[in-house]
Amino acid sequence: MRNAWVIAKRDMGSYFNSSVFYVVTTVFLVIYGFIFSQILTFFSFQSVQAGQFRGMNIGLNLNEMVIEPSFHNMAVTLLLIIPILTMRSFADEKKSKTYTLLLSSPIGLKEIIFGKFLACMTVVTVMILLSSYSIGFLLILGEPEIGPIATSYLGTLLMAGCYVAMGVFASSLTDNQIIAAVLAFGMSLFMWIIGWAAQAASAGLGEVLQFLSLIDHMQRFLKGIVDTSDVIYYLSFILFSLFLTHRVLDSQRWR
Amino acid sequence: MIEVENLTKFYGPRPAIKGISFSVNKGEVVGFLGPNGAGKTTTMNILCCIMPATSGSARICGHDVFEESMEIRKKIGYLPETPPLYPDMTVTDYLHFAARLRRVPSNKVKASVDRVIEKCVLKDVRNRIIQRLSKGFQQRVGLAQSMIHDPEILILDEPTIGLDPIQIIEIRKLIQELASSHTIILSSHILPEITQICRRVIILNEGEIAAVDSLEGLTSSLNKTERFILKVRNDQNLIPEKLSALENVISVTAEQDGRFLIECKMNSHVQDQVARLALENSWGIEELKIVSMTLEDIFLRLTLEENEPDKEKNGVNA
Repeated sequence: MRNAWVIAKRDMGSYFNSSVFYVVTTVFLVIYGFIFSQILTFFSFQSVQAGQFRGMNIGLNLNEMVIEPSFHNMAVTLLLIIPILTMRSFADEKKSKTYTLLLSSPIGLKEIIFGKFLACMTVVTVMILLSSYSIGFLLILGEPEIGPIATSYLGTLLMAGCYVAMGVFASSLTDNQIIAAVLAFGMSLFMWIIGWAAQAASAGLGEVLQFLSLIDHMQRFLKGIVDTSDVIYYLSFILFSLFLTHRVLDSQRWR
Repeated sequence: MIEVENLTKFYGPRPAIKGISFSVNKGEVVGFLGPNGAGKTTTMNILCCIMPATSGSARICGHDVFEESMEIRKKIGYLPETPPLYPDMTVTDYLHFAARLRRVPSNKVKASVDRVIEKCVLKDVRNRIIQRLSKGFQQRVGLAQSMIHDPEILILDEPTIGLDPIQIIEIRKLIQELASSHTIILSSHILPEITQICRRVIILNEGEIAAVDSLEGLTSSLNKTERFILKVRNDQNLIPEKLSALENVISVTAEQDGRFLIECKMNSHVQDQVARLALENSWGIEELKIVSMTLEDIFLRLTLEENEPDKEKNGVNA
């Protein structure tokens, strides 16, 4: 694992030393901030109304009405943003021929892949943590429940892990960063909306499709429930994507 | 130290190398020579464990490149044709990364980086970003990377490609210095490079070995003929005819400005007769000199002989 860390450290250095990270994070924070402020404005508007008509304040809950939709929207924003961060991981190495350096080094393919994943994941985690200022506001101004906030972060990180793993996989397929980004975005979006097909499908298949959907497993995290099946789903999703990456890169060496 | 047997590699249906075998001893400097697409890089990539061969075997220090690639990777330093540089890193950072990647123990990383910086004369640029370095410096950083873990074997793929003449001389000097303490395989299609650095040459053509020999061996084995150039002032139509009528002359080729390339049997002293002929017919000799066979000629001869076996016997080409 020491070797994976060597790879991860270099990749992180290249993210934080280049403008990519800063531009992407800024865009992410601006969009998230805008969505959050809109949700909060709507909530305060409703609160004022509730104050005027007694009895209407039942059901006005900071967790349910502000935090939950914020995380929901964050998940969508991440879907658009993460492919931009993951697109370079292998595509760039192949394009600039530095990939031969990694391949001729005494370091396994698994370690290279894990290092790449770790680097992207760290960057994405930093990005998500930077957005937590919004929750800070709520903690100062209101009294939201801490439990669901913590599980929402856990769920968001796990889901982001799936995006990152798919992004790394997409990047291993090509040496063109744009193709890698488009593929990653397409796959992530598809895995998100695959549940839609559930209604039309037969009962058995429908259940499977519903279970495969990335967003479906998020719901319980947002409500404050940590279900082991959800955690296992996300972790196996990540591992499977990385496994596919390994197969692709290994087979490319034989060509 | 390096033994290659029947190595074959197919890219899809197209063979890149077809059953090549050779061996390299410890401390030897061997040159891979061949036109583009001859299979030099493919062979090197297989030796560096970057890609597996389709069939055949390659052993380095007794380890099989496929079975025990991790052991071999620790012993080999590789400089690919395009040096594998991260443009956004500084030279020192990059070499640190390369050292960690090559599993240099962490307490020796700094010493290793300093050693290669010293050796490749990178002191002045050590804190500069690689992107902004000249091609010559970039190549030197690539070379520094390949020897960061002090490998026994260095494999250098066209180390002087794309450099200006001064940079080429510098890199060549550096490789010559390294040659005293390393086993080196070097590829090139630039021939003087091979003559200057390598003791032994492996000539590849279309994925096959055309010849393996020392330079002297190659030159003498192919030197069944001798060639010289005759330059005259008064160009006449009959010159080629008269020259080729001489005994021991194999072929006469007319070139520009009254030059003739005469090929004759070894040690037949045809020059005397040519000179006499020139004086008798008052051609006006300007120049008459022996052309020694360069590696270029050897190379062309070896690769062309297979394709056009009849050309040699054609006699007068003019």
